[in-house]
Amino acid sequence: MKKLLAVASMVALLAGCASTPKEEPKAAVEDRTPTTVAPTQPARSTVAPVTPRAEQQPNPLKDPKNILSKRSLYYDYDKYDVKDEYKPLLQAHARYLTQNRNAKMLIQGNCDERGSREYNIALGQKRSDGVKKMLLLMGAQENQLESVSLGEEKPRCTDSTEVCYSQNRRSDVLYGGEY
Amino acid sequence: MRYFLASIGLLLALLTASAQAQLSIEITGGGANQIPIGVLRFVGEEALAQRISDIVEADLQRSGRFRMLFAGSVEPLPSEAAQVNFGDWKNRNADALVIGSVVRLADGRFEARFRLLDVPKQTQIGGVAFTLTAQQVRTTAHRIADFVYEKLTGDRGVFSTRIAYVVKQGSRYELQIADADGVGAQTALASREPIMSPAWSPDGARLAYVSFENKKPVVYVHSLVSGQRQAVANFKGSNSAPAWSSDGKQLAVVLSKDGGSQIYLIGADGSNPRRLTNSGSIDTEPFFAPDGQSIYFTSDRGGSPQIYRMGASGGEVARVSFDGSYNVSPRVSGDGKTLVYIARDGGRFQLKSLDLASKQGQVLTDGQHDESPSFAPNGKMILYATQVGNRGSLAAVSSDGGVKQRLSVQAADVREPAWGPFINN
Repeated sequence: MKKLLAVASMVALLAGCASTPKEEPKAAVEDRTPTTVAPTQPARSTVAPVTPRAEQQPNPLKDPKNILSKRSLYYDYDKYDVKDEYKPLLQAHARYLTQNRNAKMLIQGNCDERGSREYNIALGQKRSDGVKKMLLLMGAQENQLESVSLGEEKPRCTDSTEVCYSQNRRSDVLYGGEY
Repeated sequence: MRYFLASIGLLLALLTASAQAQLSIEITGGGANQIPIGVLRFVGEEALAQRISDIVEADLQRSGRFRMLFAGSVEPLPSEAAQVNFGDWKNRNADALVIGSVVRLADGRFEARFRLLDVPKQTQIGGVAFTLTAQQVRTTAHRIADFVYEKLTGDRGVFSTRIAYVVKQGSRYELQIADADGVGAQTALASREPIMSPAWSPDGARLAYVSFENKKPVVYVHSLVSGQRQAVANFKGSNSAPAWSSDGKQLAVVLSKDGGSQIYLIGADGSNPRRLTNSGSIDTEPFFAPDGQSIYFTSDRGGSPQIYRMGASGGEVARVSFDGSYNVSPRVSGDGKTLVYIARDGGRFQLKSLDLASKQGQVLTDGQHDESPSFAPNGKMILYATQVGNRGSLAAVSSDGGVKQRLSVQAADVREPAWGPFINN
């Protein structure tokens, strides 16, 4: 078991995903970044890359300079419409999803703590559904997207203040392997 | 005076601390027309680990429907009606008296007998004998309290029922089940992800709930007998808000698989999902009326969240709540006559009741963040979640608003209470 974990963390390092583990470190490896090129299948017709791409340039999803590393949209109280300021962000993610048809995305809607927990699940769902609808219009495919709600159950900020509430009224977009 | 109160508060806090992780109950306010009653020590009950009379007395007191008369100094203790000095109790304005005795049987078990006496008439109202093991003291005492409560109030007692709730401690969530007095808590499920919306099956053998262990809400049904559980609604999107049908064969759930949060009916094993609502709005928090004929739910189809009612298989929808701009979490009493729900008034969320026949409404609580109401099976108390000092806590209020209780656990967030059904034994 210890060995396995060691290997897993090595792979994670190679993949360049070691920073900011979001939830469980186990999920750090995914299909989106080719970590190693199998030496047994050199591609004849193309110039085979000698080193994994991830080591040459940062993963666009993780690169803080890339808009794709931005993952959160915020909302006003009791509102679920995507604000205009987030449209360029969603356009960038829609483009990525269009160019990477294997990429999958989970959209999590969140609410502040006020009101019924179950109603907040529905409200969070309305937020994530709104993001999903927009990504579909921008070219992403249904089978790439799942919109869910965490309601008020996973607050990023836990004080009962408007500053906190506004951080918790949020949709997050996560790619396969990040949740 | 204030210093005096403060030191009482400190004392209560110390007592709570010694009660460890158990729910401790504090009663505030008393009901009108309380029945004055004396519960005498049972002859021979020192042989048990706990006094039956103490538990009976605490049960009756907690209900708010009795005024307990001090009965600690009676010498010698009567165990038969003929030994009771009725004149004394009459002078103290007692309406009723509970006396009893405990004897050890040859096989190591015990026999507990009690008698409920009518003081003004100097007669016996009733009495029962129980055979119990040393571990069944609390169960027996609750059954005695149920008997006394029913004989004197005409309503069935709920002291033998159980409650479920969720405890959050740090990043750990536990679904716990305890006796109605908060004692004997057991953990049915522990998780590092949130658990919410527990709902008891009508037979009390299963709990449906929502767990986020798969990073999204999924509805499970958990057998309390075997400990086995099954994901019964795990569709694409969110799955939440389980509510049992009156016969325990079906669940109403809220699914977003077809876009938006809509109400569906599924078998208790997750089979055969059927869509009940068809709106472009939020439809959630279904709750079956006890006659099984209709479902109450929350919807924002009118522009703000309000309570609606529809047939148990869908169809025509009628609006039930009208006052205010945020009315959610409908629950109906066992007799089908009273609706309770959470209403937002200004920035506060409070428990309200509505008499469904007369449309008479009443505000029952005065908290800031009251939520998740749950009727006791006799309809006389409503358990709900509240916040005390930024921490979740449970509270209960009588259906007339007169009696209030607070249930709290030391150093933990308690939420999502669900009062279990009557247990038939």
